[in-house]
Amino acid sequence: MNTSSQIAIIVYPGSNCDRDCERAFKDIFDIDLLRVWHTELSLPKVRGLILPGGFSYGDYLRSGALASFSPIMNAIREHAKKGGSILGICNGFQILTESRLLPGTLLRNSQNQFICKKTKLISSKKDSLWNKVVSEKVLNIPVAHKDGRYYLDENGLKNLEDNDQILLTYENNPNGSVNDIAGVSSLCGNILGMMPHPERAALSNRQASTDGRKILEYFLSRAL
Amino acid sequence: MNQVITKRAPFVQAEPSHLNTILASHKITKEDHKNILSILERPPTLAELGVFSAMWSEHCSYKSSRVHLKKFPTKGPHVVMGPGENAGVIRLKDKLCLAFKMESHNHPSYIDPYQGAATGVGGILRDVFCMGARPVALLNALRFGEKSHGKSPWLCEHVVKGIGDYGNCVGIPTVAGSTHFDPSYNGNILVNAMACGILHEDKIFTGSAAGVGNLIYYVGAATGRDGIHGATMASASFDDTKEEEKSAVQVGDPFFEKLLLEATLEVLEKKLVVGLQDMGAAGLTSSVFEMASRAGTGVFLDLNQVPTRTVGMSPYELMLSESQERMLMVVEPKNKKELEAVFQKWDLAYNKIGVITDTKKVEAVFEERLHVDMFVEPLVERAPLYRRPMKPREASPCKSPEESWQTLFFKENLAQMITKLCGGRVAHEAIYEQYDHEVGLRTIISQEGGGASVLEIFEPSCSPQPVGIALAANCLENYCGFEPREGARQSVYKVARSIIATGATPLAITDCLNFGNPEIPEIMWSFSEAVEGIAQACEELGTPVVSGNVSLYNETNGKSILPTPMIGMVGLHDNPVFAKRAVCSGKDFIVYLLSYKEKETNLAASNLWETLKYQLPRQVLTPIQSEAEEESSNFIRSVVKEETILAIKDVDREGVLPSLLRLCQFTGDIETFCEKEKNLELYLAGIVGGYLIALPPFFEESFEEKGKDLQKNKLTKIACVKKEGDELIFLEERISLFSLKDKLQKETKELFH
Repeated sequence: MNTSSQIAIIVYPGSNCDRDCERAFKDIFDIDLLRVWHTELSLPKVRGLILPGGFSYGDYLRSGALASFSPIMNAIREHAKKGGSILGICNGFQILTESRLLPGTLLRNSQNQFICKKTKLISSKKDSLWNKVVSEKVLNIPVAHKDGRYYLDENGLKNLEDNDQILLTYENNPNGSVNDIAGVSSLCGNILGMMPHPERAALSNRQASTDGRKILEYFLSRAL
Repeated sequence: MNQVITKRAPFVQAEPSHLNTILASHKITKEDHKNILSILERPPTLAELGVFSAMWSEHCSYKSSRVHLKKFPTKGPHVVMGPGENAGVIRLKDKLCLAFKMESHNHPSYIDPYQGAATGVGGILRDVFCMGARPVALLNALRFGEKSHGKSPWLCEHVVKGIGDYGNCVGIPTVAGSTHFDPSYNGNILVNAMACGILHEDKIFTGSAAGVGNLIYYVGAATGRDGIHGATMASASFDDTKEEEKSAVQVGDPFFEKLLLEATLEVLEKKLVVGLQDMGAAGLTSSVFEMASRAGTGVFLDLNQVPTRTVGMSPYELMLSESQERMLMVVEPKNKKELEAVFQKWDLAYNKIGVITDTKKVEAVFEERLHVDMFVEPLVERAPLYRRPMKPREASPCKSPEESWQTLFFKENLAQMITKLCGGRVAHEAIYEQYDHEVGLRTIISQEGGGASVLEIFEPSCSPQPVGIALAANCLENYCGFEPREGARQSVYKVARSIIATGATPLAITDCLNFGNPEIPEIMWSFSEAVEGIAQACEELGTPVVSGNVSLYNETNGKSILPTPMIGMVGLHDNPVFAKRAVCSGKDFIVYLLSYKEKETNLAASNLWETLKYQLPRQVLTPIQSEAEEESSNFIRSVVKEETILAIKDVDREGVLPSLLRLCQFTGDIETFCEKEKNLELYLAGIVGGYLIALPPFFEESFEEKGKDLQKNKLTKIACVKKEGDELIFLEERISLFSLKDKLQKETKELFH
């Protein structure tokens, strides 16, 4: 199956991890991501979208805030409405919460510092597809962020739990996220957002874990 | 643009006392002024005076150091471009090249540590990407005053934040470096930033203003008043009587840098420019003069066209502002439109500000008056060149304690002494966890345990297979304080060893020579000595110096820093995926010390000596044995091929015991074989030319067998480590590792509240 150009990656001026995502998808799944510049007003016909890590517009105001008003945002919303798949990583997650496509908000880390380290994530989602693809209980995936503290009010949290929207939680919370939440999905499950970087735990020759592949695989299974 | 300008700006002519004030504030000596008058054949305008002041400053002209730097070996089979360009370039493999350089930003970082450090990173990145190289790694070497000394915690916290925020936002991983604390830096911190970028050998760009009739474009952030005379500030000492020079500190914006970086690489890929130069120290002035000088051409500048963000800037300010994230690009008129389209895409300020002429002059016009009208060559050729007087520093009288160092060591509780021995270096994690060291997906190992970092570079257009590079930046300044020549030599070897320990082979170096006031003969002597020590080591190791920087006047109220020649080294790794780390835990293993057969310990200026509060009789540094080093590096290379080796860590001034604990990451059950009468010095003193090697117990016999062939080195079994446990067994005492690590981490927390 030629899966080229079925997955797009949105590139903002300050995106840093777009090339990393391209490399991961090419090396592991032989998929060529289609680069879409932030000023585009429409998306090509794709099944899935990736919002990569970085500092989209320099993180002025709040991380991801300006991106939620970017020209491409409407097209992203349309894609989401139609049930298209989206994976937001780090800054991508911030953009999804700022544009209200995912519940919650990402605040400054509780220790008020950037943190780049390996973390152990506990697989929390319970749906059958997730369990099939992400078979491990614990995944080793690194984080690198300053504004990764997830917050949601009590009611919101209850909804997340009731609706199986929590993807992953931290074993040793590195940033003060409420309920140790590292990643969530939308109600329908087509939109995924997480602070850790799965693309950094994917290549096979990095003296590092490859647990990130499972996340990317799950995203692809939903998208394609 | 080529209209004939007849009106000139007024000349600086004043009655002597007023003139002297103006010259003094520009740090222009009477001698310099005489030369200026002779070069111009008339008095200078104010803008021209500013140009001379900046270009003839220590920072830009290297007037005190140029004669000495000639001693560096700069050529070699791997060298594609040596010193003189924006960055040095070496060939890694096939057509894959690496451009790299280290720069200092010491003085601004002391005044505004966040911005000083951030803009240091910005500047060095531009030096690399304006050669056409995509930056792939950042390193930094930092020196702060005593942890307990007033400003040190604040300076450290903000320098680290500044570096982190800038590098992380631009998206370049900060992978290696070193951070030390020492009282000699109480009044002058050191922030040395190094950047490495990859490029194709046939696509190297230089900062050359070539092609008469070509257009000069300014691109990047708009110009403001920040950083004016930053170069002259960096060329002078601090003292209490001066007001804080905060306006001379540049302000950086990493997002802009990212835009500029992407735009630059896009423009180069599309082959739209013939030359480019970043605007760094001395801003527009140095860029324009350097470009014209390299090409042997002239430049006509229309300062009215410079994009500004502040109204009412004078031509003087426009020429000298050090606003960040700006570049000059030379473009053929036919490519103008396409070039502008790229700038628009990336939302950068830009304007055509000049044209290349055949006048061999730099002419700058502002509001129809000619403010700068000078030939390029004399500015460069007749820059001051000092042969400053040198005088060997007298060895300071040393205490001759009545007791031996062994007795002194055991006066205190052993656990406390060991904590002190380990406390010299702050726990690395607290610092390097604030740097994104993985973005780019090239990092295989970063500086865990304080070792070198290894990256895998895969650029099929340059080389069909992935290529590994090992990077490190460090200095043994305490050794340099004792004996600048041998200390500098040992510093180069130390960095080389950290690279060899990963399994890589050193190729070339860059440097940042941080010293005090060169007008003091003893300081100038130590500079000259250090240069010779580096030159010697580089000849012995086969690692030429391809780029570098000098930072002088690191002095406050007459007190200079320790001589700190920072060495940044690049090595080639044949098999980066299997690079060896400098840490190992969660397993059972044995640790060996590979060291010289004899004269392998060093007490002078060692960590031990410092811990005992310098109470040792006058010592001489135990010298490097270059043949033994060659043998040991060959041994390491052959041993690294065995996948069974778990970790390798270089050991030097710190000593075996602290290095061992770091290797084990302060966990496990560590049984050492130290006996008070037999080998105490081996565990506690500094080691010359040493490596700690961790291997699984089953490999012990065959490893010792390998060691039998060593002639100038020897293997000594240092420790047996079991993965379960939390104890160090040293001289029959059991010391809790958890409480040791806890104490050290508390120390670090005090730095980063």
